[in-house]
Amino acid sequence: MPPDTRTTSRAQAQLMLMLLLAPALLWLVGLIVLPHVELGILSLRERVAPRVYEPSLAQFRTFYEEPLYWHTFVRTALMSIVATAITLLMAFPMAWTIAKIARGRSKSMLFVMCLIPFWVSETVRTLGWMILLRESGVLPAFLVWLGVTPAPVEMLYHDATILVGLVYTSMLFMVIPLISALESLDDSLIEAAYDLGGNGWSILRQIVIPHAAPGIVAGCIVVFMLTLGNYLTPTLLGGKNSQWFTEQIYTQFITRFNWEQGAAFGFLLLGLSTAIVWAGLKLSGQKFGEVMQRS
Amino acid sequence: MSLSPTAASATFGAALPDLQATRVAKHYGAFRAVDDLSFEVARGSFFSILGPSGCGKTTLLRMIAGFLEPDVGQIQIGGKPMNRVPPNKRPVNMVFQHLALFPMMNVGDNIGYGLVRRGVAKDEVKRRVADMLERVSLPNSQDKRVDQLSGGQKQRVAIARSLVLEPTLLLLDEPLGALDLKLREHMKIELKALQAAFGTTFVYITHDQSEALVLSDHVAVMNHGRFEQVGTPQQLYYEPQTPFVAGFVGANNRIAGRATEVNGSMVTVTSAQGLVIPARAIGKVARGNAVEAFVRPEVARLARSTEMLSDAGLVHFAARITSLLFDGANSAVLLQEVPSNTEFRIALPQTGEFADLQVGESVAFGFDPTRAVCFAAGETAHAA
Repeated sequence: MPPDTRTTSRAQAQLMLMLLLAPALLWLVGLIVLPHVELGILSLRERVAPRVYEPSLAQFRTFYEEPLYWHTFVRTALMSIVATAITLLMAFPMAWTIAKIARGRSKSMLFVMCLIPFWVSETVRTLGWMILLRESGVLPAFLVWLGVTPAPVEMLYHDATILVGLVYTSMLFMVIPLISALESLDDSLIEAAYDLGGNGWSILRQIVIPHAAPGIVAGCIVVFMLTLGNYLTPTLLGGKNSQWFTEQIYTQFITRFNWEQGAAFGFLLLGLSTAIVWAGLKLSGQKFGEVMQRS
Repeated sequence: MSLSPTAASATFGAALPDLQATRVAKHYGAFRAVDDLSFEVARGSFFSILGPSGCGKTTLLRMIAGFLEPDVGQIQIGGKPMNRVPPNKRPVNMVFQHLALFPMMNVGDNIGYGLVRRGVAKDEVKRRVADMLERVSLPNSQDKRVDQLSGGQKQRVAIARSLVLEPTLLLLDEPLGALDLKLREHMKIELKALQAAFGTTFVYITHDQSEALVLSDHVAVMNHGRFEQVGTPQQLYYEPQTPFVAGFVGANNRIAGRATEVNGSMVTVTSAQGLVIPARAIGKVARGNAVEAFVRPEVARLARSTEMLSDAGLVHFAARITSLLFDGANSAVLLQEVPSNTEFRIALPQTGEFADLQVGESVAFGFDPTRAVCFAAGETAHAA
């Protein structure tokens, strides 16, 4: 092929690549990079007079000096970690059943049953929990009927309620990477370990979990990020007591109209989730790229 | 190993067999995967179960390993009954078809896994792993990852991982199936040497007759959940007891026909196409019976003139070459016997005498009638 045609065809290929990438790039730059740059600038300035702004770290100082913000921040992180751990513990047996025990029709049936709750929106699902758990709701009435409690108990607005809602919302995002991780585990490895003298617990610890680790970490990262950034579930199920950090951000932007403070909080939350995900990867000895291929 | 317990005790005296199965059966619905099987495997022997896929050999092996419970019957290992003993409590280890080495562990941890599970002290585990690696000619590879090993090395690690536990019985589930031909040939020799060196009783299942024949002291040919014949490789090859064994072990030309003449153990078989051949009867064959006769390609001799064959005392036939199957030492020709057009496969001697053989050429072939066998077709019709 003559050199000039080759150059044209390469230029064409490059143009094609750029065109194919264009929607993704537009989305990335327009909706993620630009707003974050804007928010970054907002978070680093202070209003000194009407329509007069100065660069300053005042927003971050407020966060540092106000115990309520601190408290909410740490509480959100801890609750998210707990919710992620509970989701993992509950999703693992489910994923194991679907990946290793169920066969044929029952396998797809079980998988669809995991999926069905996600056909309705998160709002509706959360409202469903409210119908079940509120004082005049189904579960308290049932407990009275059983004679467990003399009068209906308010089950909403507790930390446990928030956790229930968060775990329920996140379950699918844990189950799917776990199923794919467990399905790729050769059954003969388990049989071999059993044959060589292993028992259920040692096989789980030495064979199954090391094999499924990338899937476990992938599920945990997704669930943790979704939980940390969740607004609806903590607000509806936790009420005024929920003290979720996203609520603080919402309050600053919408109620207080203090965009500078809200932007600073947003960046703090971003930093928090990045730090915890990084720590999780370090602790489990997994590589980010490897893990993300599994999710 | 023998067909009946009495014969076994006669052969091996007081020594207890390492594996003894008594009327073992496993059914899946109406399908009899393993059907009323009794056998013994003598201590220190290499025993193969040879059969086509679906014959029940894997089911049998998994019952010995403990992954399946027999519906009826008893399996004894080292003289102890094994019913309801789980795999991790049996003195049996298994080398899996795809070896099932643990990819999350290095070679040393793979081999030491069973010892650690038994609670052997760390230093002792280290010593025994090093010792075992030495014995399988992989010294100092404890720290290698499993995926750094070649196919043959993986094989050795898988065997070492089992043998380090000093099992009474080592089960091997077609471990050479995944290897390429050259390596498979090499591993056969290595497996035999390993078994001889360790003296552990090996029970090997395979569908590859060459593996079974080369490796084993005794081979059981399995079909439809039953053993068709148990014997030394030589017995299976020279004295097949059923048409299935004759057809499955080694290559064979099968001629179906009727016994038109019976003279002692010699039978004259006449096929529907009119081919008349003499053969030695195995079992009872009466005149007029439907029979199957088998002539091995390597038993028949090819010649350009009939005199050579009749001088050697062989029965001979005229034939026309229809195809040349050149495969080095395993070369053969396909030819048609002239009046009946019955196709035969005959081994091509590599003496150079037939190097210029052409398709369509008229030749003669013959064989010693006592080395052709024939069976009454009715008794084991399901096997064919």
